[in-house]
Amino acid sequence: MKHPPGILGSSPLRRDGLEKVTGAARYLDDLPAEGTWVGATVRSRHPHARIVSLRFDRTKAPADAVFVHAGDIDGVNGLQILDDRWPILASKEVHYVGEAVALVAAPTAEDALRAAAAVEVEYEQRPAVLDWEEAARNEPLYELALDEGRCEAILEAAANGDDGLILVEGEYFTGAQEHLYLETQAMLAEWVDGRLAVTGSMQCPYYVKNALQHVFSLGEDAVQVVGRYMGGAFGGKEDYPSLLAAHAALLARAARRPVRIVYDRHEDIVATTKRHPSHTRIRSAVKKDGTLVAARVDFDLDGGAYLGLSPVVLSRGILHATGPYRVPNVRIRGRVLRTDTPPSGAFRGFGAPQSQFAWERHMDRIGRRLGIDPLTLRRRNVLHPGDRLPTGQLMDASCGAAAALEEAARRGDFLRRWKKAEEDRRRDEPLGRGNRPVATGVGLSLAFHGAGFTGLGEHRMRSPVTVRLTAEGRLEILCAATEMGQGAVTVLPMLAADAAGLRIDDVLIHEPDTDVVPDSGPTVASRTTMVVGATAARAAHELVQRIVQWKEEQMGEAALRVEDSRLLGPGGEIGDFRELAREYLAAGQPDAVTVHNEPPPWQRFDEDSYHGSAYPTYSYQAQVIEVEVDTDTLQVRPTRAVAAAEVGKVLHEVQCRGQVEGGLLQAVGWALWEEMKRKDGQLLNDRMTTYIVPTFLDAPEMEVHLIEEPWEGPPHGAKGVGELPMDGPASAVCAAIENAVGIALDSIPATPERLLDHHIEAAQGGRR
Amino acid sequence: MKVHFILNGKAVEAEGRPTDRLLDVLRHVFHLTGAKEGCGEGECGACTVLLDGRTVLSCLVPLIQVDGRSVITVEGLAATEKGHAYLERFALKGGTQCGACTPGIVLSGAHLLQEHPHPSHREVAHALAGNICRCTGYQAIQRALSEEPEAVLDSTLLPAADAEREDGS
Repeated sequence: MKHPPGILGSSPLRRDGLEKVTGAARYLDDLPAEGTWVGATVRSRHPHARIVSLRFDRTKAPADAVFVHAGDIDGVNGLQILDDRWPILASKEVHYVGEAVALVAAPTAEDALRAAAAVEVEYEQRPAVLDWEEAARNEPLYELALDEGRCEAILEAAANGDDGLILVEGEYFTGAQEHLYLETQAMLAEWVDGRLAVTGSMQCPYYVKNALQHVFSLGEDAVQVVGRYMGGAFGGKEDYPSLLAAHAALLARAARRPVRIVYDRHEDIVATTKRHPSHTRIRSAVKKDGTLVAARVDFDLDGGAYLGLSPVVLSRGILHATGPYRVPNVRIRGRVLRTDTPPSGAFRGFGAPQSQFAWERHMDRIGRRLGIDPLTLRRRNVLHPGDRLPTGQLMDASCGAAAALEEAARRGDFLRRWKKAEEDRRRDEPLGRGNRPVATGVGLSLAFHGAGFTGLGEHRMRSPVTVRLTAEGRLEILCAATEMGQGAVTVLPMLAADAAGLRIDDVLIHEPDTDVVPDSGPTVASRTTMVVGATAARAAHELVQRIVQWKEEQMGEAALRVEDSRLLGPGGEIGDFRELAREYLAAGQPDAVTVHNEPPPWQRFDEDSYHGSAYPTYSYQAQVIEVEVDTDTLQVRPTRAVAAAEVGKVLHEVQCRGQVEGGLLQAVGWALWEEMKRKDGQLLNDRMTTYIVPTFLDAPEMEVHLIEEPWEGPPHGAKGVGELPMDGPASAVCAAIENAVGIALDSIPATPERLLDHHIEAAQGGRR
Repeated sequence: MKVHFILNGKAVEAEGRPTDRLLDVLRHVFHLTGAKEGCGEGECGACTVLLDGRTVLSCLVPLIQVDGRSVITVEGLAATEKGHAYLERFALKGGTQCGACTPGIVLSGAHLLQEHPHPSHREVAHALAGNICRCTGYQAIQRALSEEPEAVLDSTLLPAADAEREDGS
């Protein structure tokens, strides 16, 4: 393949850039409202209740309003994700506050609200499962196990002080997190001659299409789904849009006209999926020098009321549960527990931030116990090429864990600052007795992220991507990848142009319309650049090769090639690519090529034993985060973050940095401020005034270093980067707090209240 | 009631209730959909516009308050030569990802740059503290605004009123 200089690694203006900065980009709610009705949802106010009666009082509703309830669903009243037990509309029972019970639509938003108020639901409340202990006593929704070596025997030896081993135990919690994409969930549905057309804010048009076919018992040809620009998603538009699309479609059928549903912020926070809360217990055996020998990890996720995507979140969680370290003996048990709360769902990182938060805090606990500093302890255990993961996967030369660790530690001047803060703190103990109104501390963490679908997912999908010629002689990529801000509509054409020898503006990308594009898979799992991008590049290369071959036959001339959109022969430039392409089309030659993703053939994974290579490659990120802690109020201010991300190959530097910086701040928000407070199943902070996400003033100054250790696969060794930055920072924040004030918090968010509780408990000797 | 104001430099008239939100008037009456509703309660900044040259949250501004005044939206900023150049540089530097907060951010940024041509990092952070961005971690926005050349910061960045302003007071 030809690599014209300047495409990859450069940072061209993003394709959607001008539209977005000028306000011209049209999100779903920006479409003209003429002729469409507005839908609204009637929701459960109870975490668990039986629906005794449901009535629409037409006398109180606008005359032409329509009403839809579970009985109106003639296909399957279930959301097709992994199973279909999450009801589209609750029929007999409700299982979370905010669960949809009925739908209404009317010509205007005001009328729709009036119609919703005319729905009377009588409930009989039932006892609800709302806490970990009770959930853990019930049958889990899902379970997984991963065993390697002889973990329990070693832990027993360590417990007895045998073999020079030390037992270190810990327990860790993370809370739910709201995506808070700036654009709320939004969908528009219309039926035309028995055919359903849906457009809206979604990551996965084919997930939505499949779910709609299931609900309405429709064939493949009867549903069209078009994904629009999303005003943010972060996983929150992977699963939920299927439910919203079904709602809009039910209303559109009842109203016999297009119906749109756009959630207001309050509704979006209450009703949509969240990041799974997690509870992790770790028992580990280590040598005196800090070498990890064995670890038992019990990893529980709160799945909420219905299964949703939880099994795959759990799977990714346990596959990342011991971080990028050598742990020769492991026993990992994962469970999804069921509570009467909104279903937990996909959120950037997908279980890996939760399990790696626990693991990284555990590493700090081991260091504390053994008197080994955080950097040295990690250096002794970090994965190097030739080491194996608990699944038995051998790390190849592209394992950049140590490189990321060293770069972050060096650039962040970690060890010197950490030691200084340790000394400052010791002089000040017990906390608050000294003269420091503000204590400074620094924390280090390292995490990794497997790129693409887990296990054999990519092998099963073998995602197809089509590249075709337009009439004007440009290439157009047809795939289902969606644009949520991550930059797919820019990077995919860059990869295709690079592979085909074209200039970037000679490659277009079609909007993700299921009537036109093949199912190249969902836009999730840090897979779009690596999997869909690599496949688009192959398709583009293949199509241009065919055109060149055709031209060679026509001219009776060999050794033609395309470079920088010019057709070159042995004697120099012959013509321009667009002209050549038009000539080729005029000759009636086939205008499109479809190729399938080819995951590495060596990748094997046993889904029963969880052994093998769960992902073909991994990206790595280490960070040094500095905080200031007010020693009176225990308020924490993150001041600086130095991150080193090993991403294989940087394709678009500005966008790559943007992923790392944005993910890092989301993780800091999760670590410090973002808390979903529930009482009796009711969300107490269900608006932006009370659910706190980081503002400009809260953000630490960031310094991001990108490291390239290309893996053997395409595109050019690039690894997924979207989720990686979410995995490690939360632990580094807690470590920095510990360094500053000596409070070793193993539970986030690290609010002043939680820090104070922990401090008091520790002072009273209530905790180790 | 009828309200008269200057919208992106042009005199306009809008019919509505006094309490109609400026955001809805801009989006539904004038089809200027750049300003977004992110929260509807003045927290997120996605609906930011300039009212007599100062940033306001259009979801909290009743229509009656704009009578006789000047409103500039992102579409107005994009329509001036210098505004467009500023916006393009903003995108090039990675200041926009999903784009939902962007129309508000670039207006807050333009307002800041007019008042402080070389803002410190702290000044940028304070001026933009009312605009939530969930994608960028704010770093690229910081770079875009701190490194913006002074050349764009004259009064032609924003659309000038081409009609005499009526005094609304």
